[in-house]
Amino acid sequence: MMRRRFLVLTGSGLIVPLAPMHPARATPVQVAALIAELVGDATLRDERVKLDLPVMVENGNSVGMTVSVDAALGDVRSIDVFAEGNPLPHVLRVRFGPRAGAPRIATRIRLATSQTVTAVAKLADGSCWRDRVDLLVTLAACID
Amino acid sequence: MVRVLISVPKRVKRGEAFDVKLLISHPMESGQRRDAMGEAIPRDIINSFVCTYNDDEVLRADLFPAIAANPFLSFAVTAEQSGTLTMTFIDDHGVVQTETASVTVE
Repeated sequence: MMRRRFLVLTGSGLIVPLAPMHPARATPVQVAALIAELVGDATLRDERVKLDLPVMVENGNSVGMTVSVDAALGDVRSIDVFAEGNPLPHVLRVRFGPRAGAPRIATRIRLATSQTVTAVAKLADGSCWRDRVDLLVTLAACID
Repeated sequence: MVRVLISVPKRVKRGEAFDVKLLISHPMESGQRRDAMGEAIPRDIINSFVCTYNDDEVLRADLFPAIAANPFLSFAVTAEQSGTLTMTFIDDHGVVQTETASVTVE
């Protein structure tokens, strides 16, 4: 029994050093700090912003994304998108001018791994709104 | 100069929002990858995009390395009179490229 326990302990000891071999990645804490900096003293609420992303992603190299805000166009100061599992979490920042037709932007993004993507909209009255999508990525964007 | 495809309706209704789509042929090298020798491949992306209509701003976007290669952008514009849609983007080398499309308001 002692020998079996010894084998179990040493066996698990071999596996542990392999774990931290992930590529460099941002963390939810880093993203929370970036969002806190953006939001400032305002409260961040979960409405009015719609982040449209597939929940299952086959290829992280190119993922179609649409962000729209349920507000009058002149009221939307900026839209920011953050991907907390990417090496660099900031994805996009958009500001709208007087000739924009709607507070909406569509593009294609890279996702390094399964993660949560957050969109934050800042309105002219100082209020901040967000939407989050948890998604699974089958083939990650190449980072090595 | 890189190749750009722009999709804009030829004729639009006054004051009504219409969609503009744009596809830029660019590798958007993220700066995170390494080549076969293990050397870091330097970052080379389009980092800023501005669209104006008759000198009035439509939108400006800051793009980061998480934008996919051959960046695609789609957004809405409103026009009160016929004019020119001007799209300008800047890459990491500071190269500025401008593309235009004309729009007729009826």
